[in-house]
Amino acid sequence: MKELNYDVVVIGAGAAGLATAEVTASAGRSTLVIDRDDFAGGVLMQCIHNGFGLHHFKEELTGPEYAERLESAARNAGAEFLLQTTVMDFNLADNENKELLALSPEYGVMRITAKAVMLAMGCRERNRGNIGIPGRRPAGIFTAGLAQRLINMSGLLPGKSAVIIGSGDIGLIMARRLTWSGIPVKAVVEIRPFPSGLTRNIVQCLNDFNIPLYLGHTVSKINGADRVESVEISPLVDGVPDSSRSFTIECDTVLLSAGLIPENELSKRGGVTINMTTGGPLVDAWRMTNIPGVFAGGNVLHVHDLADYASDEAALAGRHILDYLNGKRPGREFPVAAGGNLRYVTPNEYIPGEKTQFFMRSLIVEDDAELIVSLDGQEIMRKKLRFVKPPEMLSVEVPGELTARGGQLSFALNGGGR
Amino acid sequence: MKRELICISCPIGCHIQAEMTAAGEVEVSGNRCPRGKAYALNELTDPKRMVTSVVACASKELPFVPVRSSAPVSMALIGELLDTLRALEVAPPLASGSVVLSDFKGSGVNIITTRSVKE
Repeated sequence: MKELNYDVVVIGAGAAGLATAEVTASAGRSTLVIDRDDFAGGVLMQCIHNGFGLHHFKEELTGPEYAERLESAARNAGAEFLLQTTVMDFNLADNENKELLALSPEYGVMRITAKAVMLAMGCRERNRGNIGIPGRRPAGIFTAGLAQRLINMSGLLPGKSAVIIGSGDIGLIMARRLTWSGIPVKAVVEIRPFPSGLTRNIVQCLNDFNIPLYLGHTVSKINGADRVESVEISPLVDGVPDSSRSFTIECDTVLLSAGLIPENELSKRGGVTINMTTGGPLVDAWRMTNIPGVFAGGNVLHVHDLADYASDEAALAGRHILDYLNGKRPGREFPVAAGGNLRYVTPNEYIPGEKTQFFMRSLIVEDDAELIVSLDGQEIMRKKLRFVKPPEMLSVEVPGELTARGGQLSFALNGGGR
Repeated sequence: MKRELICISCPIGCHIQAEMTAAGEVEVSGNRCPRGKAYALNELTDPKRMVTSVVACASKELPFVPVRSSAPVSMALIGELLDTLRALEVAPPLASGSVVLSDFKGSGVNIITTRSVKE
């Protein structure tokens, strides 16, 4: 069996993992990046549209361009790569030597030991089973990301006419991609009363092609024996489909863009504690999990709006991996809680007296909202936020002097009433 | 004719009503800043979009290579551009940024690869 030893092993070569690897390899730490695909870049390689890199590289790039830059930076810094390699199991208990079992067609089973492990496995798409759409089970139902991979990497068209369920960004991008590939998109159906995707995608991917967006509607049935023939759409009244106003749209393809789930099966095998709200690991200010030396960043931690933010977060984790390898420890940390109108806040712990950037997701749509930060129930900071909506991640930097005394830090959003 | 637009210059997303006057001026309302007017002017006169697609590639690694326009393309030309790209086939090795179609219809826009293909 092939045996390997590194200072840092990064699992996942996407927007997050590549950014971590660049940081740790640049500092002279031996770094291995493992990915199960044939190439590095992760989902970026199928995201051929532009809109990446404005924050991280100060330049607008497509997904593959963004990925190649990150990969070159990591390789030039000395990071090594094992592709077509799947991490099968974890033994993280030993603080000094974390042990991974990995499998690849080239080397068979490998035992890899590392002083620190970065979890950067990203996320996966919610599928039909996750959202429970009634009806028959014909062919022609794809997650939006699978259809994206088929069209953009394999050159295969998934069907002849489509309805998209969910208005997440991947679904919107795919509405344009399908239209440009000669597949008319008959409708986008969103269960919530507001779109899940970014406004620029609503405008350039739906409005440009006059694709109807049905807000507050649900697909109440998928029809078809061998292949999808039509979908039945119903408006929601108080959360219940109103069958008296249902209508049917003919199509042979249904795409699902109904959210993403951090991919943490491996993390759980290793004993990493998961935050039930985000589906990602609970992490401290260093983005370190409950297991010392095991870090997480990017979409495996919580789903980001932009690849740039995933890379930035993973680079931050990379800098703390270096601290960890240099023998530093975060010291005593205190808990962070999400209060009113917020779905979650990350990180889940903070170091008193240290300036910390927090990321959170709103549960409400508001023009004028106020973010209130409290320490043990006492308000320490207030920030006006304009145009708050669930699809756009919020962030706030809390100065160290405000948290020096420690205690539970909580965040809440006050709506002005839209 | 009044057009309803959503400005995408920033995350606010103003809902703009825009109309071309007889004098060739654009009248806008609903915008909160001058960028909204500039956006509406472009949308009413010559709307342009970045185009990204894939082109067949005679490669062992990758059957289709992703491409993008070097600059935004007039929306009126996009259909024809996509048809042209569909008929195109390129061969490796290709560095990212290689031109596969130059100066499309005299627009000054090139189509370039966005991924490198070695073999």
